[in-house]
Amino acid sequence: MSMDIHATHDHNDAHAGHHDHEHHHEESFVSKYVFSMDHKTISRQFLVTAVIMAVIGMMMSVIFRLQLAWPHEGFALTNFLLGDKWAPKGVLDPNMYMALVTLHGTIMVFMVLTGGLSGTFSNLLIPYQVGARDMASGFLNMLSYWFFFASSLVMLLSCFLETGPASGGWTVYPPLSAVAEFMPGSGLGMTFWLVSMSLFIVSSLLGGLNYIITVINFRTKGMSMTRLPLTVWAFFITAILGVLSFPVLFSAALLLIFDRSFGTSFYLSDIIVNGAPLEQTGGSPILYQHLFWFLGHPEVYIILLPALGLASEIISVNSRKPIFGYRAMIGSMLAIGFLSFIVWGHHMFITGMNPFLGSVFVFTTLLIAIPSAVKAFNYITTLWKGNIQFTPAMLFAVGLVSTFISGGVTGIILADSALDIPVHDTYFVVAHFHIVMGLSAILGMLGGVYHWFPKLFLRKMNKTMGYIHFWITFVCAYGVFFPMHFLGLAGVPRRYYTNSEMPMFDNLMDINVLITCFAILAALGQLLFLFNFFYSIFRGEKSEQNPYNSNTLEWTTPMAHTHGNWPGALPVVHRWPYDYSKPGEEADFIPQTVPLRPGEVDGGGHH
Amino acid sequence: MSDHASTDYPANWGGGVSPLKVSYGKMFMWFFLISDALTFSAFLSAYGFMRHKFAGYWPEPSKVFHHFPFVTKELPLAYVGLMTFILIMSSVTMVLAVEAGHRKDKKSVMIWMLLTIVGGFAFVGSQAWEWFHFITGTEQGAWKDVIVDGKLVHKIVHGANLTFNEYGNSLFGAFFFFITGFHGFHVFSGVLINITIFIMVARGVMEKRGHYEMVEKVGLYWHFVDLVWVFVFTFFYLL
Repeated sequence: MSMDIHATHDHNDAHAGHHDHEHHHEESFVSKYVFSMDHKTISRQFLVTAVIMAVIGMMMSVIFRLQLAWPHEGFALTNFLLGDKWAPKGVLDPNMYMALVTLHGTIMVFMVLTGGLSGTFSNLLIPYQVGARDMASGFLNMLSYWFFFASSLVMLLSCFLETGPASGGWTVYPPLSAVAEFMPGSGLGMTFWLVSMSLFIVSSLLGGLNYIITVINFRTKGMSMTRLPLTVWAFFITAILGVLSFPVLFSAALLLIFDRSFGTSFYLSDIIVNGAPLEQTGGSPILYQHLFWFLGHPEVYIILLPALGLASEIISVNSRKPIFGYRAMIGSMLAIGFLSFIVWGHHMFITGMNPFLGSVFVFTTLLIAIPSAVKAFNYITTLWKGNIQFTPAMLFAVGLVSTFISGGVTGIILADSALDIPVHDTYFVVAHFHIVMGLSAILGMLGGVYHWFPKLFLRKMNKTMGYIHFWITFVCAYGVFFPMHFLGLAGVPRRYYTNSEMPMFDNLMDINVLITCFAILAALGQLLFLFNFFYSIFRGEKSEQNPYNSNTLEWTTPMAHTHGNWPGALPVVHRWPYDYSKPGEEADFIPQTVPLRPGEVDGGGHH
Repeated sequence: MSDHASTDYPANWGGGVSPLKVSYGKMFMWFFLISDALTFSAFLSAYGFMRHKFAGYWPEPSKVFHHFPFVTKELPLAYVGLMTFILIMSSVTMVLAVEAGHRKDKKSVMIWMLLTIVGGFAFVGSQAWEWFHFITGTEQGAWKDVIVDGKLVHKIVHGANLTFNEYGNSLFGAFFFFITGFHGFHVFSGVLINITIFIMVARGVMEKRGHYEMVEKVGLYWHFVDLVWVFVFTFFYLL
């Protein structure tokens, strides 16, 4: 704690006099690449860690998809990866199936799409796009990465425990997760999960505080809030959501730790273990669900909003048009952020909730459709009659709009308690949230990687490989998740090791085979991305300073990783970031640093 | 080393508007406290959730907390009143330390910080005593149904711990120890931070810096911890 206070002391204080010697200070390898406090390096650290975690999470899904398509069959790959203990003769052990499903969810939701997405792009773009030299506190920013790294490491280490990793699903509902006798994964694996998540929450808090404060206090001259690019608005609102919701997950986890290790019974009641009643009684597992989903629902938007922010920028730049409804976009993100805190009950319709309370949650949940629709229409109207440049990033951004709509439509179905109850815990839900949250966010993130690769690594990624990667990813993603709707409507429950015991689902086996084939293809498609990514880091074509003719400030920095971003004075901002194809102008873009002509109206007005 | 973080850059570091007229360090503290407030809100909501569920047989606080050290007479809620008074007084001394910091009066800052530290220790110590009373319980105890080694046993229990509670629902005890423990941990960390700052002030670090903003920042934390206590106190002792 005292360290934090050290690091955060006022930057405007009387140090200005003796700064010059610091400028030529030689950095060692360790301080430059390992314990770096530079936002660009930290951003790259987050990205590379997230890419590795994403590959691991994806491999896990391939393994359990093999089991779902061909139950009880042996696979050399499964045996090679999991060994004889968890996959004798290549047949996946049921407990390991549960563990893989759990870790796939946890890794993708937290490590990849929260830590990876926000960590990479908030760190890269907030200082660049607001015109700051670095984050408010480079030291806390560095800690944020290393807590994230430790969290990822603990999560991976839990795979090597004798009893296996946490297996109760990514939501780790008690009592399943609280009582070690219930399943092997609820033993030490669950403890590792809780430790990992606690580290993750610390990382998220440190990062989030930095993002918020940098946006509020470190904007350059002229950069008013209504001249911020929508990316920064998205990261800003995301960070606020994180700072408000993650502490509640922390509370939930801490109470769970007490139930598991110290004999309390906050979540436990009337439980029989091995024929005898459990000593702990009187609590309520529903309490955990309330606390968990109070985080859990904002978490959906913590994942989604940064991707939407990246898409706003990519779509506007590559349509050569101002984003349609700039202020409506900000307003709808604020509305989504606010509403996300009062809808958590829609995850709990079948917990015996009072139907009247349920209908309140139905109402608030359906309200989210309004700002979401505003955003979807704004993307489409931005594309409308635009001079569209189909870069790989643009394809991914448009792909995001597609999945945001198709997943959002099923969201309206699930928001209604009457419709949700029959499909609760079926593949319909799995299809819905993978499309609207998983796919949209990962498409946005991949688009962001393609678009800002020149700012991350000073080089460009290969376009042709990018196009192929997009079409494989996009087609296979729908191929995986669209058929799941039918499984769900037919009543196939999620999280089951196999449905082959129930003849009623036998005629649906073909769908599972189809899904798994698409999943394998999608995974192979990502190899192309991985090659392109790592190859381009070292050998990619060097990028010019402003490859897409963008208006935002990050493209006014030289193509080098200089500490402090701008070699001279900070840029001064004179206009909003979306002056593309402004009527009566020569160029089809006007960077934010160009002063307004006499009589010119800022913010897209042209009269 | 911390200065490397963000302060030591060339003079043209520039930029920076501060619309809220608050330095970023203080703003860090404010947002951290908002986040921490949500953690406590979650705990207190959980307490409220359970209390509502077991409204019929929740312990009556004035019948639980009526001990006063060295006094045999029952004085309901008197001791916790004293504890609360001590903590609020330590907030007052903290305000005076911050005020002395504005005047750059090193000696006064040290005196008031020292008193705040003493107040903090007194509160944590009193809390230990309060826990001791609650854990020991009454001499006669109470008949309770407890599950021991998988069997339901009807027996006399004394006091409370995380699993049973002489005075009523066991969750009251579990939440009491958990939430006041979590709060006490905050107070204790606050005392440690206060000591750090006190040493820094004594060694003239703030004087060299030319301002006492660090005192203000720990002051914010200290007041927050006091404010949380007001809620914890209300939930456990008054409602």
